[in-house]
Amino acid sequence: MNYKRIGSIIRKEFLQIKRDKRTMTIIFLMPIMQLLLFGYVASTNVDHIPSVVMNNDIGTESRVLLESFANSQYFDLDYHVQSIEEIEKYIDNGDARAGIVIPPEYSEYIKSGRTAQIQLIVDGSDPTTAQAVLSSAGGVVQSMSVKITQKMLGASMPQPLDLRTRVWYNPNMDSTRFNIPGLIGVILQTVTLMLTSFSIVRERERGTMEQLIVTPITKMELMLGKVIPYVLIGFVDIVLALSLSVFWFRVPIAGSINLLLLYSVIFLVGALGVGLNISVVAKSQLEAMQLSMFMIMPNMLLSGYMFPRNAMPKFVQALGSVLPLTHFINVLRGIILKGNGLAELYKEFFILIGFGVFFIVLASKKFKKKIE
Amino acid sequence: MIDSIQIHSLTKKFGDITAVNNLNVEVKNNTIFGLVGPDGAGKTTTMRMLCSLLTPDKGTAKIGGYDILTESNEIKNHIGYMPQKFSLYGDLTVMENLVFYSKVYQVPKKESKEKIKFLLKFSNLTDHSYKLADQLSGGMKQKLALSCNLIHSPKYLLLDEPTIGVDPVARREFWKILFDLRDQGATIFVSTPYMDEAERCDEVGLMDKGRIIRKDNPDNIINGFGYHLLSVYSDDNHLARTLVQEEEYVMDAYLMGEGLHVVTESLESIKKLKEKLKISGIKVISINEAAPALEDVFVNIIKSEKR
Repeated sequence: MNYKRIGSIIRKEFLQIKRDKRTMTIIFLMPIMQLLLFGYVASTNVDHIPSVVMNNDIGTESRVLLESFANSQYFDLDYHVQSIEEIEKYIDNGDARAGIVIPPEYSEYIKSGRTAQIQLIVDGSDPTTAQAVLSSAGGVVQSMSVKITQKMLGASMPQPLDLRTRVWYNPNMDSTRFNIPGLIGVILQTVTLMLTSFSIVRERERGTMEQLIVTPITKMELMLGKVIPYVLIGFVDIVLALSLSVFWFRVPIAGSINLLLLYSVIFLVGALGVGLNISVVAKSQLEAMQLSMFMIMPNMLLSGYMFPRNAMPKFVQALGSVLPLTHFINVLRGIILKGNGLAELYKEFFILIGFGVFFIVLASKKFKKKIE
Repeated sequence: MIDSIQIHSLTKKFGDITAVNNLNVEVKNNTIFGLVGPDGAGKTTTMRMLCSLLTPDKGTAKIGGYDILTESNEIKNHIGYMPQKFSLYGDLTVMENLVFYSKVYQVPKKESKEKIKFLLKFSNLTDHSYKLADQLSGGMKQKLALSCNLIHSPKYLLLDEPTIGVDPVARREFWKILFDLRDQGATIFVSTPYMDEAERCDEVGLMDKGRIIRKDNPDNIINGFGYHLLSVYSDDNHLARTLVQEEEYVMDAYLMGEGLHVVTESLESIKKLKEKLKISGIKVISINEAAPALEDVFVNIIKSEKR
């Protein structure tokens, strides 16, 4: 292996990247745009759910109950109606996601110590919202019940059970904080895949490969020369993405930033290696584009970025673990949210190095210095 | 002296089509060998096999004693290859392309600087060295491509139709460079669709349907024509051609430039031709015996192969 020859390819790639507007856009604009877009859109914090209320009770107790619904911040009691048909209308056309029905005898029952019933209607078409409605309504009603019981029995009555919860790492359970680290991984994977998936096949399509492969350059030299420039570019992208997440989205990095950057570089080699393999196999740039598009969805779904991996069937989990991104997302979340160090993340260290070596070697094995 | 390029029963098939069929050629050191033939004759396939870009189905070749099958890595240090299509980086400048290839071929820094300077001058590109390769004219592009292939001073040059799409003046210049290179010791294997270029080669191989059907120096090929060539000028060459072709004593008739070329076995045909055309109402301006050019010989050989 000759380092000068690798250097000559690297230099050439940089010259070409510099002059290619499309590539420059992918490198600098895409990560910023995606991070901003996804950072705002992919929030699963559900609150201020528009709700419709049908209160048939004229007593004060029902008003107290509705107040505590409103105070929970989860419900916005936007509409007040008189009939079930109207509730149906509001939920049907999507103006309201939840309906609260209080029967006429509510206050009377509470006062006389009987069990009063309240009806909650939930729009279940979006399970995330429905789940939030159910659990927050449950919470509101639960604490209301306790209050009423205590008032009836005297305030000194102790609770038989008392659960004290402490949420670590992300105390407010802010979904943005959870999403951003994974998002950085996804963006890095997407950008690098798009960039390298073109790198070899473009030369074949333009004909420049025919001239290059009659030189004494070796396959490994060519592969490394193609990957290294993009590792450097990917490094710039990760610094860009991290700054945006720290300074814009206010997601602090709990662990060591140097360690995070080290992991990023190792991950990049593997991620770029995947793109390189696409580029070696593809017959045209169009095909390379399609193949890399084809790869993006499984990466998003299987890596645990969108859905928790331990909720997936074992087989699907196994599929996910052959993606470098899955392990890198563990690292990102570990270091950014939990402040993990090498001690906790040593497995990922070796796995990511393994991926890097594997994909680069595979690409150089598959690459033929031929034009067939 | 050992022949510098030796091709032994080289064969390549693409599906049912045999692109190169049991090819045997020997090219002498320090000569220009011209490979000519119609489109689809197998010229490019032959070139690509010689550069190890394609794997032959059968046979092999040696370049400077190195086998293309087993020593392709070593060969790559000694050859320069110009593909038919422009294959340098259009988004790099002339200088950047030259520097890139000098590094890929590991030409020592000091040597490469001088070599680049020399090549730029040699190919008249000094004033254009800052331009992107895509901005060059066809002729300049080809000279740049050749220069990039000369950066490591290869002994063997394989050029696949290097002057296609290049204007006549630039073509002439390009060939001047090739003669200089040969005089400096290079061996050049060049394919060309142009007969005037073929005539300038030290040796020519006529290729058709994957085989070399004639190989000699251009003079010998012309002298070995074996027929008489008549150059006919009339007021309607097209009609004359159709009429003449049916005559028994006419081997072949085809339009060439302003006139009509008629191939015949004896000079007595001149009389017969004159009569025939007169009867048909064609005004004959002149009929003379002409010296055949390489093109006439090749057209005849390829047609007689078909007969």
